[in-house]
This record gives sequence, C-alpha cells and structure tokens, in this order.
Amino acid sequence: MVTSVTNLGRSGLSDWLIQRVSAVVLLAYVIFLSYVLLACSPDYQEWKALFENTCMRIFSVAALLAIAMHAWIGLWSVSTDYLTERTLGGKATLLRLSFQAISAAVLFTYVVWGIQILWS
Amino acid sequence: MLKVSIYRYNPETDQEPYMQAVEVDTGGKDLMVLDVLELVKAQDPSMAFRRSCREGVCGSDGMNINGKNGLACIMSLSEALKGGDTLILRPLPGLPVIRDLVVDMGLFYKQYEKIKPFLINDTPAPAIERLQSPEEREKLDGLYECILCACCSTACPSFWWNPDRFIGPSGLLQSYRFLVDSRDTATAERLADLDDPFSVFRCHGIQNCVNVCPKGLNPTKAIGHIRNMLLRSAT
Ligand code: SF4
Repeated sequence: MVTSVTNLGRSGLSDWLIQRVSAVVLLAYVIFLSYVLLACSPDYQEWKALFENTCMRIFSVAALLAIAMHAWIGLWSVSTDYLTERTLGGKATLLRLSFQAISAAVLFTYVVWGIQILWS
Repeated sequence: MLKVSIYRYNPETDQEPYMQAVEVDTGGKDLMVLDVLELVKAQDPSMAFRRSCREGVCGSDGMNINGKNGLACIMSLSEALKGGDTLILRPLPGLPVIRDLVVDMGLFYKQYEKIKPFLINDTPAPAIERLQSPEEREKLDGLYECILCACCSTACPSFWWNPDRFIGPSGLLQSYRFLVDSRDTATAERLADLDDPFSVFRCHGIQNCVNVCPKGLNPTKAIGHIRNMLLRSAT
C-alpha cells in the first residue's frame, strides 16, 4: 500500500471512479450544449432563459465540479509522474507541491467564478 | 555479414554508455538473436548479457531488440529486423544498467515481492492436497505462465516514472493470479493492499505490456479484473 495525502479521494479506486463519472457528465454536457447551439440556434433571450432554468443550473454546476475534479485528478497524476525526485532530483518536492497548489487555486477559482456567472 | 549495433557500458572503464558497431557472419541463416549475441561474444569476450535456458522459459535474456522488448532466445533475426539491415540491441529500458545488456532487476523484484506471490490459506491443510475443480483451475490459465522476464514492466511508461510505487504489469498479472486462485483465502487483504492511487491505478491502459509479452499474456486484462474486484468489494 502506497500512501498519499494530496490525491482527491484518498483511495485509488475512488479517484478512478470520479475520473470516469466526471468524464460522463462532461460528455453529456458537451453533447447537450452542442445540440442546443447547432440544432436550435438560440437567440440571446432564449440562451439566457435556458441558463436561468434550475435544471440547467444544476447541470452546469455539475459540469463545473466535474471539470474541477477531472482536472485535479489528471494534473495530480501528471505531477506525480514527471515532477518527482526520480526525474528532477532534490528540488522536485517543492516544485510538485507548488504545481499542485497553483492547480488547486486555479480550479477553485474557476468553480467559484463559474457559479457567480451562472447566478448573475 | 550482419550489422549489429550494441549498447556497451562498463562502469569501471567507461565515462558513459555508447553504441558499438559489430559485424557478424550468420552464414546466411535466420538465427535467433541470442545466437547472434553468442557470435559477438566469441569476437569480444568482454560483452556481457544474461542467458540461461535459451528456449524462452527462464526469462533471463529479456532485452530491447530494435526498439521492442523481447527474449533474445526466441526472437528470430527476420522477426527482429523486419526488413531492416541492422540489429540494434539495448538493455531493458528504465532499470539501472549494471553492465552492457545486464540490468539491475531489484526494483522489478521488489514489486513482485509486494504482491505476496504465494498461496495464503490459514485453514487446516487437508491430508493430501487442496483440490480445485477443472473450472477453478482454468481461471489460472494466461496468468501462471508468466516467467518474470520483465519485458512488460520495462516497456511501461507508468513503471518508468514510478517503479517504486506502481507494481507494474508483471506484478499485477501475478497479483491477479493469486486473487483468483480458489485455494487462496487472503483476497480481502490483498485487495486492501492494492487500493491506493499508485499500485494498480497508475495503469492508464497504454498496453505496451500486451504488445511485448513473449509468452502472449495480457497484463492489461488482468489489471482490469483487479479493478473490477476492487469495485465490487468497495461499492
Ligand atoms: S507478463 Fe509476459 S512480459 Fe511480463 S514478465 Fe510475465 S512473461 Fe514477461
């Protein structure tokens, strides 16, 4: 058993599952939005009305959270593959932690900002 | 004459590794790569490589042959060259080189050790032996044949980056071999040991392991089975 405190779900399986489920949510969101944009070509009023609908807001927040979790798991994997003592030597831990902290801050900002846009 | 380019490195005399060009007389025959290596060694006795059974059973002569990991003893020249004219031999990638084509397999064995490669069963032993039905035995096919040659794990990028934390295709194939064995009673403990973000889940399904295994085994499939077992036990 390898221990780690910076991954999202505390277990390999939960990270794996979150990655799959969030991918499905994102796929559904992209397909739905593409359909709306291409098949219905909404004008500004219709587009605004769509995003004021509660169901759409729930769907959008779900997609926003899915992006954040999906991206975190992916970036965390990248950082623990390439930003390690094995590849970069002694400074790697500082670099990895900084990379993870910046990624987390950016993703958190996106989530809060996204929610703000949805409710504005 | 066959052109051979071989990775050479003797840490006692060489500053760094280099590729040595050699010419070998194969007599026009489609020799096995190991035979070619023996001919090279006859010319230059300082050449170091591992070999033992010379028939794909011991797993000693795993190496990188024209860019692809394989066993030198069961890979023919025609198969290795694929129409090219130079045989290129390098040590298995990702492991420290001890000398020439000989690598330090320590990390690879450490991962194998971690999966407890032996039957665990605390129930009293029966008078003769623990029996399995033919169906139960069949589940071990495609798993028990692994000869631990390390061709798969050293072809796996996830193992290159995390050889100390990711068990690797070979170890995971063996892990599933014991997880699925009807005589083993430690399934829950074995699964608990694997459920971290590295041991199993560093596998991203690249499938280099399936592509190179000289015994035609499928570690990716075994890893999928382990994931399903984890999923079943945890949801
Ligand atoms: S799974 Fe195949 S390639 Fe990997 S160690 Fe076993 S025999 Fe070698």
